[in-house]
Amino acid sequence: MAQTNEVAARKLPGSLETNRRLDRWLKINSDGTVTVTPGKVEIGQGILTALVQIVAEELDIDVARIRLAPATTAYSPDEGITSGSRSIQDSGLALRHAAAEVRGLLLEEAARKLDVTLEQLTVTDGVVSARSGGSVPYWELATPELLARESSVDVSAKMPAEHVVVGTSLSRVDIPGKVTGKPSYVQDMKLPGMLHGRVSRPPGPRARLKSLNAKEVEQMPGVVAVVRDGSFLGVVAEREEQAIRAERRLARIAEWTQGEDLPNNDPRNLLKLKAETEVISEKGDASVKGTQQLKAEYTKPYIAHASLAPSCAIAHWVSDAKSGAKVRIWTHSQGIYPLRGDMAQVLGLPESDIVITHAEGAGCYGHNAADDVTLDAVLLARAVPGKPVRLQWMREDEFGWEPFSSPMVMHMSAALDDKGSIVNWGHELWSHAHSTRPGGKGGVNLLAAWHLEKPFPAAKPGNPPLPGGGSHRNAIPLYEFPNQKVTNHLIRESPLRTSALRALGGFANAFAIECFMDELAEAAGADPVEFRLRHLKDARAKAVIEKVVKMAKWQPNEKGDGERGRGVSFARYKNLAAYIAVIAEVRVEEEVRVTRLWGAVDVGQAINPDGVLNQIEGGMIQSASMALKERIDFDSVGVTTRTWNEYPILSFVEVPEIEVALINRPEAPPVGAGEGTQGPVAAAIGNAIYNALGARLRDMPFTRDRIVAALST
Amino acid sequence: MALTLQVNGKARSVQADAETPLLYALRNDLGLVGSRYGCGSGLCGACMVIVDGKPVQSCDVPVSAVVGKEITTVEALGSNDALHPLQQAFIDEQAAQCGYCASGILMAAKVLLDANPDPDDAAIRSALEGNLCRCGTHGRILRAIKNAAKTMRGI
Repeated sequence: MAQTNEVAARKLPGSLETNRRLDRWLKINSDGTVTVTPGKVEIGQGILTALVQIVAEELDIDVARIRLAPATTAYSPDEGITSGSRSIQDSGLALRHAAAEVRGLLLEEAARKLDVTLEQLTVTDGVVSARSGGSVPYWELATPELLARESSVDVSAKMPAEHVVVGTSLSRVDIPGKVTGKPSYVQDMKLPGMLHGRVSRPPGPRARLKSLNAKEVEQMPGVVAVVRDGSFLGVVAEREEQAIRAERRLARIAEWTQGEDLPNNDPRNLLKLKAETEVISEKGDASVKGTQQLKAEYTKPYIAHASLAPSCAIAHWVSDAKSGAKVRIWTHSQGIYPLRGDMAQVLGLPESDIVITHAEGAGCYGHNAADDVTLDAVLLARAVPGKPVRLQWMREDEFGWEPFSSPMVMHMSAALDDKGSIVNWGHELWSHAHSTRPGGKGGVNLLAAWHLEKPFPAAKPGNPPLPGGGSHRNAIPLYEFPNQKVTNHLIRESPLRTSALRALGGFANAFAIECFMDELAEAAGADPVEFRLRHLKDARAKAVIEKVVKMAKWQPNEKGDGERGRGVSFARYKNLAAYIAVIAEVRVEEEVRVTRLWGAVDVGQAINPDGVLNQIEGGMIQSASMALKERIDFDSVGVTTRTWNEYPILSFVEVPEIEVALINRPEAPPVGAGEGTQGPVAAAIGNAIYNALGARLRDMPFTRDRIVAALST
Repeated sequence: MALTLQVNGKARSVQADAETPLLYALRNDLGLVGSRYGCGSGLCGACMVIVDGKPVQSCDVPVSAVVGKEITTVEALGSNDALHPLQQAFIDEQAAQCGYCASGILMAAKVLLDANPDPDDAAIRSALEGNLCRCGTHGRILRAIKNAAKTMRGI
């Protein structure tokens, strides 16, 4: 009896725990295909390909038999948000379990049909054969009833040693279409009778619409409707360029009140604001005393996701819906269910009246304007019932209004003993929130909702809890110190809206920790690699550092030459996922050039090794770009960074050579790869600049002005 | 007004104002959605097409300015059955994450390889100066273009 209770208390893996029906995940079709319906979505990270591999592996079918259905609130499991590099854990492990269970059910059916025992059966590409002769394919065995059941706990998936599809670098399923110009994104969808919309935003977040005489815009060629609701302003036209022209006219003639001035754009403003303060890690051993004290302040500015494609959505307000959904929506949102919840509040409709279907957008790297543009499109479509409206934000809208990654300040302090080891560690951080996605409690997290005549308040900005953490992600060091105190000062309200961007607070925290480790190593007269290894116990952590040292042929205590230098860094993402060690080589001329990056990575079991490498390489380049160049600027009214001219990112001419090695551990649980490099790369570059010049840059981005300033002090 | 454009080897008629950016004529009138909007001011390359042998940001060119010129879009580079060596190399190198930048980069690369069949790393990088990639697949893209050049030279 006790055993039964124990089984009942055990959880199903990943998102299967909250979406238990097998037929919400998989369908065996009579035409010899298998439909997979994950709730996670493709955002350029290759997740769908990895999920195909997992299902093919457990079902013993060819990958070509698998059809992926787009995530939709009409039938997909609710897997929350595709974020936090959690899709392999959430969706992958759920599908692994579900597919293994379905295989077992099909084998039981086959045994009955062929009148043999289970041990007699083998499966080859979905055909079940008995050793004694006779065979039957899945497609003849499966009935809707067979999968119409909840998953059970006791299912054995394959052992890693048995894998033939998982662990191989299956080519991405979506790339052929993308290199031949096939419709691949929500931006490319075309529905019959579709109109085009654009929105006209206030000059800044505190500005409100004072007056507008829209008559001349209404009379412009192709204009179907000018939509005004409070300070939400938009236009619908027959052709896309007509909508753009009409919006430009709207922008010229609308009069706005400016609202209260925004503060100046210095991350250190955070230090003056009222914060919720929490000590998140504290340990002490008074017997250990330091002889040398160090402290340093690090900062990071507001930065943008800067997706290559401005956000886009299509909404169709069904005019004659006597039954079924009233609003149909296509979006590249990372969370169709939370979005539907917020949308229902704004529209005053039951959730069942809204069907949201995912269609791919460009890479988003976190919470960008995907959700906001969706509500915009719906508000415009409501004005033209029966006609689908496609709305793509302009580049200026995306830079001006996407939720940014919060500025942060980190105050680091430490004491070294007479042997040069760290005996006391302090890390205080100040940050705005890193999570204001739809689905927050007590409000609506969609931009247009705040501008309506009857506005909806925003939900309280959130901070994901530890161990993963939000602003405090990666703030607790993985190094072992006898005394340490880590303090999180969270300032929820922000002059500019802030939300999730790759690694959340982990970007700045790992940057500060890893640069400060180098400062301490120097004070201790130690080699930065040896110094790190000395303070680490985790064998997997040491293994990635040792690997990257070997790859880059790091020499103990190597010194730069006044122009070229190298730096090292390490972090374990969220302190519980991927282990990543990085060495950066820089050359400082007019600007800082990152010439080479080496990375060693341990993500446990790599489902698709090349997919992991692609994610890691991409994360490294993006992080280098952020560390060297990126900052969102604003004046007293609003965001002034509006184009790629004001927000340069690393170009083809500037990108470094990259070499990444994967330490594959098939026996360890698979973890995501997308975000782990953000902090370590920025820190390795900071350390390399110091190594080259002897100047320590503690404020990102590492611009020319800051190098000059650091050299002159 | 009706304008006739020479697109991918065919004369195509477009009903649009003279000032309409070429990008919208291609995408919305001719259904060629492989060229994509990224910035509207010729700074990112997502909309890049080839006009009379030169790479052009189609978001930034009025349709009236390309009448009588030969326009090539990614759709004419190759097909699923007969991929251009550049497309094949992008697939072989898995040179994309989100892929939104890919078609523009393929067009820039085609112009490069047509003029210089054996470009070195610096030449490839500089040919892609007008194309941004935010996912960070630059290294794979550079490798893919190098490999495609080899294939096209018969190596």
